[in-house]
Amino acid sequence: MSKLESKVPEGPLAEKWTNHKSKINLVSPANKRSIDIIVVGTGLAGASASATLAELGYNVKTFCFQDSPRRAHSIAAQGGINAAKNYQGDGDSTYRLFYDTIKGGDYRSREANVYRLAEVSTNIIDQCVAQGVPFARDYGGLLDNRSFGGVLVSRTFYAKGQTGQQLLLGAYSAMNRQIARGKIKMYNRHEMMDLVLVNGKARGIIARNLVNGKIERHSAHAVVIASGGYGNVFFLSTNAMGSNASASWKIHKRGAHFSNPCYTQIHPTCIPVSGEHQSKLTLMSESLRNDGRIWVPKRLEDVKAIRSGKLKPTDLNENERDYYLERRYPAFGNLVPRDVASRAAKERCDSGFGVNKTGEAVYLDFAAAITRYGKEQALVKGYDENDALLVKKLGQEVVRSKYGNLFQMYEKIVDQNPYETPMMIYPAVHYTMGGVWVDYNLMTSIPGCYAIGEANFSDHGSNRLGASALMQGLADGYFVLPYTIGDYLSDDIRTGPISTDSPEFKSAEKEVKDRIDSFINNKGTNSVDFYHKKLGKIMWDKCGMSRNTKGLKEAMIEIKELREDFYKNVSVPGSSSEFNEQLAKAGRVADFLELGELFAKDALERTESCGGHFREESQTPEGEALRDDKNFSFSSAWEYNGEPSKAKLHKEQLKFEAIEVKTRSYK
Amino acid sequence: MDLTLKIWRQANVDEDGKMVDYSISDVSPDMSFLEMMDMHNEQLINKGEDPVAFDHDCREGICGMCSMFINGEAHGPDRLVTTCQLHMRKFKDGDTIVIEPFRANAFPVIKDLAVDRSAFDRIQHAGGFVSVNTSGNTQDANAIPIDKHNADKAFDAATCIGCGACVASCKNASAMLFVSAKVSQYALLPQGKVEATDRVLNMVKQMDEEGFGNCTNTGACEVECPKGISLENIARMNSEYLYASLKG
Repeated sequence: MSKLESKVPEGPLAEKWTNHKSKINLVSPANKRSIDIIVVGTGLAGASASATLAELGYNVKTFCFQDSPRRAHSIAAQGGINAAKNYQGDGDSTYRLFYDTIKGGDYRSREANVYRLAEVSTNIIDQCVAQGVPFARDYGGLLDNRSFGGVLVSRTFYAKGQTGQQLLLGAYSAMNRQIARGKIKMYNRHEMMDLVLVNGKARGIIARNLVNGKIERHSAHAVVIASGGYGNVFFLSTNAMGSNASASWKIHKRGAHFSNPCYTQIHPTCIPVSGEHQSKLTLMSESLRNDGRIWVPKRLEDVKAIRSGKLKPTDLNENERDYYLERRYPAFGNLVPRDVASRAAKERCDSGFGVNKTGEAVYLDFAAAITRYGKEQALVKGYDENDALLVKKLGQEVVRSKYGNLFQMYEKIVDQNPYETPMMIYPAVHYTMGGVWVDYNLMTSIPGCYAIGEANFSDHGSNRLGASALMQGLADGYFVLPYTIGDYLSDDIRTGPISTDSPEFKSAEKEVKDRIDSFINNKGTNSVDFYHKKLGKIMWDKCGMSRNTKGLKEAMIEIKELREDFYKNVSVPGSSSEFNEQLAKAGRVADFLELGELFAKDALERTESCGGHFREESQTPEGEALRDDKNFSFSSAWEYNGEPSKAKLHKEQLKFEAIEVKTRSYK
Repeated sequence: MDLTLKIWRQANVDEDGKMVDYSISDVSPDMSFLEMMDMHNEQLINKGEDPVAFDHDCREGICGMCSMFINGEAHGPDRLVTTCQLHMRKFKDGDTIVIEPFRANAFPVIKDLAVDRSAFDRIQHAGGFVSVNTSGNTQDANAIPIDKHNADKAFDAATCIGCGACVASCKNASAMLFVSAKVSQYALLPQGKVEATDRVLNMVKQMDEEGFGNCTNTGACEVECPKGISLENIARMNSEYLYASLKG
């Protein structure tokens, strides 16, 4: 189990996936009917995988904790999905998408996986359009594209600021078709509590019905984890309130290695924290950086005047503003990758230039774009392009058609009109590149247990480019896993149904019940949220946008102490046999309290800076991240060993055959 | 702000529920409605009482999981928002706020303010899809140009988040706005046209079997819809349904 084999196929990079698909074992249509697969999670990866596996003929059982599979948090993705279609004729290609993704990930991802992702990206768009996903179109009726951070082409397909919603509803509709055919059995409001291994293979799960609290045993020939990332370990993040790492963490404790937990994406454009009551953070799509310009005042006295309400941002002229991304990174400007943009915002705010009361906000300004679009419209419609009021009105209409829902969301939350005054934004935890280690077939280090989408670690290295999460989720679910899982299941055609009466199921169920009882009977003094908030503060202060040895060591100790206190003093009201949100949450926070410690340990181990992982000890004189390829060109894969601090490190060395490893520069 | 909350408490689907009064103080106008509910629950837990159950997840107005009937309106007094995006600045110090679950026969209460909306899923199972395989062997995405106006209308219909506010707001507890949004999305796109007849018949049949009421064109659904789904969709579904019935 501890041997790390990536199973990347031989041959030239561009032919690996095609050759691999041609050579792996298949399961006949008749045999597929006697094979069961469990899928946990119904975001883009889980829903698309469930639909395709069912369509291929497998019996699928799918689980989600929400009241409907359509609620999974992929739904909140805003900006778009990348695909190397080159519809704009601006020089895009599979290789370029591959190259951008590897470079954007700061050379910390597995080359063959990323190439495959770029290769299947074009199929995704074809598939979604065929399903009736209403992507944005131009007046000629063809699909429209926009640009995202870290790239120099327009390859992002979108549906206003609701791309994730439309893609997820597409995958949900594909699932519905299979549910109607009886090929998917859907378990809403169910939570996976543990993985069951029989003879070393994943053979089922223990689930809890969240409505009545019943513990259920479910068996299968393979188990697919598609439960998303662990951003909520920070308490405040752009994840949904229910997003959790428990499925991933449970399989980790059962033997699946956990990779690169310290790789977290802090997204540069989120609505700043407004107070202690804050329960989550809201993203403002990266697509806004196509048209928005980021700045802070040049002079500290202007900052002070703005904070005290004596000056408005619109009072400052161009010369009094510091468009710091355009200044520092002229080639990419406001469209530098997320990690770079976030650190630059933090740098300005740490230097005292933050523009809101807490000093943790910068401006995202659309005035220039409104004028530019307005003038264009005035010309097209034959109006006077020097009529400033008219130009503003026309420009605002264009901006409304592109980002209307985002502007509305901003106004509802902040109570300011972003058409008239610049938005205030600040970085927030958004996505986790780390996750369950998987091989080229997306199988974890437990035979028969797979991880797809954000739950795995495979494609984004140490920094994910915008509009690539949707791409990866659907690539894994529609086009990769359904092929690769057959290779494993071809050995299972004579196995027959898996019994849930085995000692393995009984003991796993007992462990789950004992744990639930211990929470209910604890009768402590502090709520679950009390601990979650404390954990989040440790994570943000010591494992956040910049990290150092001292802070990480302290974080490990503090998280361990907090975890011990949690088990002694947590209070969970109600009983285990009813709809009990606090009980569900207690289990999730307990897992975060372990994951957080491994996170800090991984960050401590990696003394280089790369992508979203910035170690203060490793930076260039200009303050840019400094990689150490000699010592850290590997993915960490942690093996569970009793408790997080004792986890054993395995290293998957990263080999780059088709790409030259360079220092990332966006200047 | 100091507020009085009148909240529907119901242990489960089998037991009777009742309104219970609570008071809450130091509510910040910058809080979202659900953050106020979080604060209230934290206080209940610290007093050893049972917190109020309510559904919520993304808290950015897109997942459709939050519900709540606030002061007689689905998702409260603000327009074009879900409860999670409703902010306390819409209320005044000293206000009494009445908080109930979405009420409809087809949405049984699970606990307190959380209801079971799986009827919506079952309507989608009946026809809310295009029967295309997900194998990737589909034609190029740009092979069929789609008129931008139709594409935009299809998109507007597709933005329905399936929250159920339309049902909760309707005096007949009709699900017509929800069903018509999906029927319209596909009816407006060439990819969906092929199965349009079966789709509208099957989805409407399932809607009726779930126990939703009929539409009497009151229009409350459109007013309360957090995504602004238009009544035009209901008109389109009626025409699709008539056409399908005649085609038989």
